[in-house]
Amino acid sequence: MSLKIIVLAKQVPDTRNVGKDAMKADGTINRAALPAIFNPEDLNALEQALRLKDAHPGSTVTILTMGPGRAAEIIREGLYRGADNGYLLTDRAFAGADTLATSYALATAIRKIKDYDVIIGGRQAIDGDTAQVGPQVAEKLGLTQITYAEEIEKVENGRITVKRHIDGGIETVEGPLPIVLTVNGSAAPCRPRNAKYVQKYKHAKTVTEKQQGNLDYTDLYDTRDYLNLAEWSVTDVNGDTAQCGLSGSPTKVKAIQNIVFQAKESKTISASDREVEDLIVELLANHTIG
Amino acid sequence: MNNLFVYCEIEDGIIADVSLELLTKGRSLANQLKCQLEAIVAGYKLDDIEKQVLPYGVDKLHVFDAEGLYPYTSLPHTSVLVNLFKEEKPQICLMGATVIGRDLGPRVSSALTSGLTADCTALEIGDHEEKKEGKVYKDLLYQIRPAFGGNIVATIVNPEHRPQMATVREGVMKKQILSADYKGKVIRHEVGKYVADADYVVKVIERHIEKSKTNIKGAPIVVAGGYGVGSKDNFKLLFDLAKVLNGEVGASRAAVDAGFADHDRQIGQTGVTVRPKLYIACGISGQIQHIAGMQESSMIISINNDPDAPINTIADYVINGTVEEVVPKMIKYYKQNSK
Repeated sequence: MSLKIIVLAKQVPDTRNVGKDAMKADGTINRAALPAIFNPEDLNALEQALRLKDAHPGSTVTILTMGPGRAAEIIREGLYRGADNGYLLTDRAFAGADTLATSYALATAIRKIKDYDVIIGGRQAIDGDTAQVGPQVAEKLGLTQITYAEEIEKVENGRITVKRHIDGGIETVEGPLPIVLTVNGSAAPCRPRNAKYVQKYKHAKTVTEKQQGNLDYTDLYDTRDYLNLAEWSVTDVNGDTAQCGLSGSPTKVKAIQNIVFQAKESKTISASDREVEDLIVELLANHTIG
Repeated sequence: MNNLFVYCEIEDGIIADVSLELLTKGRSLANQLKCQLEAIVAGYKLDDIEKQVLPYGVDKLHVFDAEGLYPYTSLPHTSVLVNLFKEEKPQICLMGATVIGRDLGPRVSSALTSGLTADCTALEIGDHEEKKEGKVYKDLLYQIRPAFGGNIVATIVNPEHRPQMATVREGVMKKQILSADYKGKVIRHEVGKYVADADYVVKVIERHIEKSKTNIKGAPIVVAGGYGVGSKDNFKLLFDLAKVLNGEVGASRAAVDAGFADHDRQIGQTGVTVRPKLYIACGISGQIQHIAGMQESSMIISINNDPDAPINTIADYVINGTVEEVVPKMIKYYKQNSK
C-alpha cells in the first residue's frame, strides 16, 4: 500500500553551541550570530519517512514547515534528500505563536493537504525543547499519536508498528493509520543530500523568493511545476486569526531575564603538580573526598 | 473546585519519584493559594495506592483503575484528565517532564485550550499585569524555565486559560512526606464514564524496562564532563577519577550530543538534577540549562582552560588547565595522600 506522508519540519537557530557573541550588550539575542538550521530531530523524522517511502513504492513525502520566508530553505533541504514536495506556511498572523497556536496553524494546513496516512516530525525543536507540537497537532486532528519513536517497524493492514523509547526502556506499540509520530534524536540519522535531487530542485522557489530573486530562470517555472514551492497564508488554510500567533497563545511571556549567577568567591589555582596536590590534600582533610 | 492537581505516574505499582516531588511542591503552592491539593492516579490494580500518595498532604485522590490504563497509552489517559478537569476545573495541573508527561500534557492542554510550559526549573505564585488592557491577574502560577539555548530565563504565565499546566523534570523539586497519617479523601471513579472504548486504539506489544545502571542522582561525588573534554576517549579519564573517588560520571548536553557520554548521564534542565557533596566540572562552559541541574552542589570544582567560562563564577575552586593535564594529577595525588 502506498502512503501519503507529511513531515513536520522547523527551521531553528542553532542554539547548541552558542558562542559568547550570542547575546548583545543590551541583553537581547543576536540572531545573526546563530546560523539557521534544519531542526536536528526533524531530520531523523525525515529519514523515517523516506524509509517508509522506500518500503512502500508509490508513497509520497511532503514537507510542511511554518516560519518566515527564508524557511523555504527547509523544504529544499528535504527535497535534496528525497522528499517529493513541500508547503511553507508563512504569515504575519502566525508570528509569536506558542506551541498551541503553532499546532493550530499546522493542523489547518494539514487539513488543507487533506490526504495523509502518517504525519511525522522530530520529538522537539532545539530552540524550545518543549516536545508539545506533535501531540497537540494530533489532538487538533483527532488522531492518535506515538511519541519518542526510535524506528518504524512496519505498516500493514492500516496499522503501524513502532519501537519507541520510554523512561528506562523500550516498548513496541501498534496503532491505526492515520497517525502522528514524533521521532527521537537517537533514531537513524538522515541520509545525505542526493546529487541528482540537488540538480533537480536547486532552483525550487516560493512565489516570494521568485519575486525577490533574479529572473534568469523565469521560464523554468512554467515548464517545471515541481520547482514552484507552495506558500500558504492564514487565509489560504482558512485559519481563524484569533487562534493564530500571539492572540491564539494561552501562554504569555511575563518576563525575560538575563542569567545572573549567584557568584561565589572562587579560588583559582594553576594546573601545577604542587597546587593540584594541595587542593587534594585540603579536600581529604575536610572530608569532601575520601 | 479550582484546586491544584498533580498527575501521578506509576510503574510496576510504584508512584514515580517525580510525581512525589511534585506533590511536595504542589502542597506548598496549594497552601499559598489557600486551595486543596488533589492527585490523580490512572493504572491497573491500584488497591492500596493511597498509602503512597496521601502522606504528601493530598486532600483528595482520584483513582482510575482499569486493565487498559496500564501500561500507559496516550488516548485513555488523556480522556481521564480532560473529562475529570471539565468537572473539577482545576486552576493548576502539574506533571513530570517524563516521556509520559510530555506525551500526555500537550494533548490535554490542546483539548482544553490551556497553556502548558515544559521543563520548568522553578514554580512560584505571583500577580501579573496586562498593561495593554490594564488588567491585573492575582495569584498566577509563574512557570520559570531557561529558554533560547539557555541564554535567558523566561517566566511564563497563563492569564486567561485554566488549568495552568507545567511539567517539571525529576529531581528538580525535593520530595518530602508531610505526615504519614495525613487524612485525605479517596475517590474511585468508574473508568467507563471517562474513557470511551474507542480510546484503547494503541496496543503495547512488547515492553522492556531496565533499572537504571547509573545512579548519578544519588551519588555524593559527581565528575561531569562537557564538550571541552574533547572526545569519548578523554571521557575515560573522568571514569577513572570517579572510580577512585567513589563517584559517578555525569555529562553536559553538549557532551551527550557529541556522543562522548550516554544520555542517562546528562545533567541539567533536560537531564537529571543533582545535589552532590562535590561536583567536579571538567571542560564544561556552564550554560544555564546545565547549571540549573547542579548549582545546589555543596562544593563545585571547575577544571577549564578558559578562565572566562561562566561556570567558574559559581565554582568554589577553578583549576586553570586542560582535562588531560589535571585529571590524571588528581588521581595520582588522591592515591598518594588518601592512605
